[in-house]
Formats: sequence, structure tokens, C-alpha cells
Amino acid sequence: MNNINDITGMIFIGVGLFFDFFGCLGLVRLPDLYNRLQASTKCVTFGTCSILFGTFLMLGFTAAGIKALLCIVFLLLTAPVSAHALARGAHISGVKLWEKSVCDKYESSKASGSSGDEKGKKGKRT
Amino acid sequence: MKSRIALFILAFLVWMCLCWSFDWQHVFIGVLVACFIAFMTGDMFVERTHLLRSPKRYFWFLYYIPLFVWECFKANIDVAYRVGHPDLPIKPGIVKVKTKLKSDAGLTFLANSITLTPGTLSVDVDKENGFLYVHWINAKDIERATQLIVHKFERILKRIFE
Repeated sequence: MNNINDITGMIFIGVGLFFDFFGCLGLVRLPDLYNRLQASTKCVTFGTCSILFGTFLMLGFTAAGIKALLCIVFLLLTAPVSAHALARGAHISGVKLWEKSVCDKYESSKASGSSGDEKGKKGKRT
Repeated sequence: MKSRIALFILAFLVWMCLCWSFDWQHVFIGVLVACFIAFMTGDMFVERTHLLRSPKRYFWFLYYIPLFVWECFKANIDVAYRVGHPDLPIKPGIVKVKTKLKSDAGLTFLANSITLTPGTLSVDVDKENGFLYVHWINAKDIERATQLIVHKFERILKRIFE
């Protein structure tokens, strides 16, 4: 039984490493900040969660295993928020989108002044 | 007050998970720490405490978790494909989508879910008018963006948080 847990844990850790690798590759290959955030946020979050879940499977319900589970929850709650903060801050401070981008509705609505007056109102409540 | 009690219970549970040993010293320190946290930050934890009492919301939240994990998995396959492809098949753009959610928690969860699902990353939220600005890595259909991005989560999150 223990053996099966070890093997599935190893599989999860392998899958996590695979996605982490693609996240880092995306960080190098994609053209602008927003696309890089896409790759890094999604792949690195899911990959790291998978590694932590594999750790939990291998350790079982011990102190370290439960800590790994809690780390998954905190990571899922905080990683998108930090990505959102980075993207918003970059856009406000004037980082341009890639030149082949299709549209930028945020820029046009900022110009007309319908947004930008709700700074800091996105409270984190769970 | 009810918000403080809810935060106390949650903080105590997290503490017990972190320690994972149940002798009286750990429990005692956990109660002290949870009391302190509930006293300091309890008033901004939940605004509408009556929502915590309806069991239907917990049921919908449990239904939401596997859906979210599945979408997250699809997102990763999608991004890995786009990154690994030699031609980089991306077509990025920032689109504006409309949401019916009004509460802070609902909007936060919607924005987080959008960030972790296929090809989308929430950039900003306009709470007064209910708009989300979303960076879309493959902006194939700008008119139907609301339907494609928001709807599958919105109908569940509405049942949980509104």
C-alpha cells in the first residue's frame, strides 16, 4: 500500500516538473510581459501544486504532508492575485502590449476615464 | 462579532493543521494565537455573516473545486502547447467582459479563476459597472468574450457568494 502511494506521488511530482519546465520555457520564449505572466502564472502554479500534492501522497497524513496541502491552498489563493497586481501595475505604468496584439480595450477605456478611480478597492476576502 | 468567531475557527483549524499534534500545549497556544488574530483582523473577514449559515453554498463550493481543477489542467495543456510549438501560435489582446457578480469575495474568486483558466489573465476590475479587463492569449472572438470566459464560472460563483 505504501509502495502505491510512493509511485503515484512520484508520478505527480514528475507531472509537476514537466509543467514547471514549460512555464519557465514560456517565460523565455513569449514576446511581452502579459504573455509571460500567462505562462508563468498558470504553469508554475499548477506544476508547484502538483509537486506539493505528490509530496503529500508520499508522506501521508503527517505534519509535513498536511503542511504541503496547506501550501497548495495558499498558493492557489495568492498566485493569481500577484499576477493580477503585476499586470495592472505594468499597464498603468505604460508597458506596451506586443505589436501583433489584436485589441486593447483597457487602454481605450482608461483614456475615456471610466476606469482607474477604484484603486485598492479589490479587497482580498475569503 | 460573528465574523470574528468565523475567523477564530478558521485560524484555529489552520494552526492545528500546521502543528498536527494534539497535546494541550499546542491547543493552548493555538487558542491564544487564534484569539489574537480574530481580535485584530476579524472585523474585515466576512461582511455578510448570514451567508455562512446556508449549507447549499458549501455544497456548490465543493462542486466548484473539481470543475476548477479540471479547467486549470486544461489551461496548462493549452499553455504548454503554445509555448512548445515552434511558431508560437498566440494572438494576444485585452478584452472587456461583463460580470453580474457584485460582492468582493465573488469578484475576487472570479478574477482568480479567470487567471488560472485557459489563456486568460485578469488585469483590472471595474466594480461600479461590473466589467473585468482580461488579457486573452488567443483573442479569437472579441464579441463573444463574455460568454466564453466568464459564464461557466459565474453561474456557480453566483450561487456561492451572492
